[in-house]
Amino acid sequence: MDTPTSYLHWGFILISVPNLIVIGGMIVLFAIALVAPFPHSQGGEDVRRK
Amino acid sequence: MSAANSPEGMSPSDASSWTLRTRKFVERNVPMDHLLPQRQPYYVGSWVYVFGVITIAALIWVVVSGVVLSFMGPQWWHASSVGRFFNGLHFWSVQLFFIFMVLHLWGQYFMAGWRDGRAATWMIGVVIFAASILTAFTGYLSQQNFDSQFIAINAKDAMNAGGIGAFFNVLNFGQMYGLHVMLLPIVVTFLVVAHIVMVRARGVVKPIDAEGGTRS
Amino acid sequence: MRSMGATQEEYYRGVRMVPYDLVKELALALAGLGLVMIVAAAFLSSPDVGPVTIAAWAQGDPVDFVTTATGELAGSTTSAGYGAPYNTNADGQSWGPIAPQKWFGARIPVDSANAFVIQPLQRAAVGNADLGAAIGQWKGASADQQAKWLDAYGKALPSATVSDGKVTVATGDYGPLPVMMSNLLGVAQAGGLDGLLVINDRFYQTDYTQPLLFMGDGGYLAGLADQAHLTGSQWGMMNETGSYPGQTWLWLYTLWYQVPPFTSDTGFLGLNASNADLGVIILMTVLTVALALVPFIPILRDIPRWVPIHRLIWRRYYATGRPVTRT
Repeated sequence: MDTPTSYLHWGFILISVPNLIVIGGMIVLFAIALVAPFPHSQGGEDVRRK
Repeated sequence: MSAANSPEGMSPSDASSWTLRTRKFVERNVPMDHLLPQRQPYYVGSWVYVFGVITIAALIWVVVSGVVLSFMGPQWWHASSVGRFFNGLHFWSVQLFFIFMVLHLWGQYFMAGWRDGRAATWMIGVVIFAASILTAFTGYLSQQNFDSQFIAINAKDAMNAGGIGAFFNVLNFGQMYGLHVMLLPIVVTFLVVAHIVMVRARGVVKPIDAEGGTRS
Repeated sequence: MRSMGATQEEYYRGVRMVPYDLVKELALALAGLGLVMIVAAAFLSSPDVGPVTIAAWAQGDPVDFVTTATGELAGSTTSAGYGAPYNTNADGQSWGPIAPQKWFGARIPVDSANAFVIQPLQRAAVGNADLGAAIGQWKGASADQQAKWLDAYGKALPSATVSDGKVTVATGDYGPLPVMMSNLLGVAQAGGLDGLLVINDRFYQTDYTQPLLFMGDGGYLAGLADQAHLTGSQWGMMNETGSYPGQTWLWLYTLWYQVPPFTSDTGFLGLNASNADLGVIILMTVLTVALALVPFIPILRDIPRWVPIHRLIWRRYYATGRPVTRT
């Protein structure tokens, strides 16, 4: 892991592949969190705050 | 029970008691069933909500791994493979901390989490972000390797241009290390506790345009 | 003032509450993250490229070392002409009346020529008569004479040859400089300068200001940093050595250094490459304060309402079509 990594050069943007993976991964994670079904408690008590 | 011990009966001396007033303030604003509720509004049902608690978990791991590193001294991890492993734990937990803190920021922004009297909670969150960046910065300066050398040489120009380089000397390992293991973790922890208490005191914000919520 | 606790009762009146275990959630998060971290640390380790020493520099690029040391005597290096907080030889960065760099003076005084060249040589002169004489000749010469020697030597160095770690230049009138520099190079290559610049007559020391400033004046460390994409114009703030992710959260801090006006000499409204650090600090301070004040800034605080991301997060709530509060 100590060997130099490659860089993506796009216009004025210069980003390392590991950084791109982290940022890209975050966007993917956020998108998944938005759409993935969340386990809802079945019924539960329909307790309303008084 | 004498009147002085009973919560309901207040003797004249109780009326001027700062301790009693403090306790009453806490009981009113953050009672235990708000601090540790076992229920949440039914609309707390998205994975976006877990980013905050994951950030807290990452911070706990950052501190635990950092304590081990500081106990063994700043040169241990360069020479020992166990030390290198713990430095790895510290490095990756910091990465995870920032990843999930920013995801939490995105989530709270798009939920407009500052509504209904929660602006202060948002602001404390931004201060935590800034304090975390500063803490990480002093950490990167404390590595005692090539990376920390160049970060120091490069960053000094920004610090000096801003006038604080005279007091915050990034080339001074002792100062940066001391700030990193002592002062800044205390600041971040204090801010995070305040942030969590504020969230628990007010509860989770309602969905946008929910009845009973305010517009902004 | 109504207390927040009572307000929470009112806030959630009529809202259906469901079981939700916060402590279990934290425990799961701790366990899950712990697993990820342990796997990452075990298989990927962490970055640790060893530090550069003055010895490595003097051995790896003797000509650059000697050129830098000569520059220190000439006052032409970055540290020599820096200004506050190291000396008063320049005003530092400013933007109109905003000039915080010089407001606090030289609180970390470093006399480059003496600290990096003369004083180490004086130590090395103990028991070395030739060096002692050279230093004496240097100190006894007029400033004009010193400048002539420095100018000639500085012009000869780019064509210098290296053999056996020693630097040789074409013949010329350089006064005592060749003797001084070859001795300084020898001390540096043996590792003596690393120690001398840190210790500075003391025993305990944790302040690396002097050796780092000296190395920063040369091209060797900067060359290695350039290869590792760590320099300012390479988005370096965000990058890490090797194949590790860097400080990705600094993306906006480093972005400004890659774009006008901070890359251009002419700049805009007085902000340009020469005061880029000050300009970026001011800009990022403003943006950070703005981020904190988002709840109060029109448009910024309304974007969440316009962007339908919240409709995904709360889709259960919006799907019921019923208001949150029920009679």
